[in-house]
Amino acid sequence: MVKTFACSFTATNMDARSGISSIVAQLRSLGVPGARADEVQIALTEAVNNVVEHAYESAPPGDVRIRAELYPERLWINIQDAGAPFPRGKLPEGKPADVNVPAECLPEGGFGWFLIRELASQVQYERSEGNNNLSLCFEIKVTSPSAEV
Amino acid sequence: MSLTTTMTDDAQIVKVNAERIDAAMAIQFKEDMRTETDSGADRVILDLSEVQFIDSSGLGAIVAAMKQLGGSRKLDLAGLTPMVEKVFRLTRMDTIFDLYGSLSDAIAPADASS
Repeated sequence: MVKTFACSFTATNMDARSGISSIVAQLRSLGVPGARADEVQIALTEAVNNVVEHAYESAPPGDVRIRAELYPERLWINIQDAGAPFPRGKLPEGKPADVNVPAECLPEGGFGWFLIRELASQVQYERSEGNNNLSLCFEIKVTSPSAEV
Repeated sequence: MSLTTTMTDDAQIVKVNAERIDAAMAIQFKEDMRTETDSGADRVILDLSEVQFIDSSGLGAIVAAMKQLGGSRKLDLAGLTPMVEKVFRLTRMDTIFDLYGSLSDAIAPADASS
C-alpha cells in the first residue's frame, strides 16, 4: 500500500521550516522510525535550502512543492520548484569537505549535496516545463504506526 | 537567537537556547556568538543540549564561530543530541572539534575526559 501526501510553500527559510516539519511529522505518524525520519529531514532540508538560496536567488521566491510517496520499504520524495535550473543542467557532485586543512581554512558551507548523497539511496533530477524536479529515494523499514508514541 | 553565558574558572560556557540552528538562524547565531565571545576565556564550550536539529547552514555557522575566536582560543562542543551528532559525523566535522556527551563531561578535569 502506498501512502501519498504533499505540501507546498513559498521558498523562504521560515516557510520551508514549517513545510518540512509537516512532512516529517506525517512520516513519523505513518511509522517511519525516528532516526530514519531525522535523516530524511536532513536531506530534505538541504535540498529545499538549495531551492531557497539558488533556484530563486535572482527572482522573487516562488513555490516549492513537495510530494512524498511512502511504500512499505522505501520512500520517494519529489521536490519541485519553478526557479533557475542547476548549472549546466547537472546536480552537484557533493564531494566531502576537506577537513585536513588549517582551522582558518575550514569550509563554512558546501556540505549540503554531500549530505543529500550520503543519506539518499537514489537521486534523480529532471528539468521540464520550466520546473526543477528533484527526487530523493530512501530505503525505509516502516514500523507499525501504533508503536510510535 | 538566545545564548546564555556562564563563566567557570577556566572556560566560558555558551548555551544555545533554541531547538534549531538552521538556515533561518545561522547568520544570527554567528553574529550573536561573535558578540558573546568577544572577550573571555581561551576555552569556550558550546552547550548544544537543547538543539534538536541542525542543517549545513548551522554547521557552517558553528565552524565560523570557531574561526572567529582566532588561533589562541578553542571552541569545544557539549551535549550533542543524536541528530546533531549525526550531522557532525557525516561531514567529518567531528574530527575538527572536541565533542563531549554532556556539559559535565566537558568541564571535568582534562585528564579524566580523555
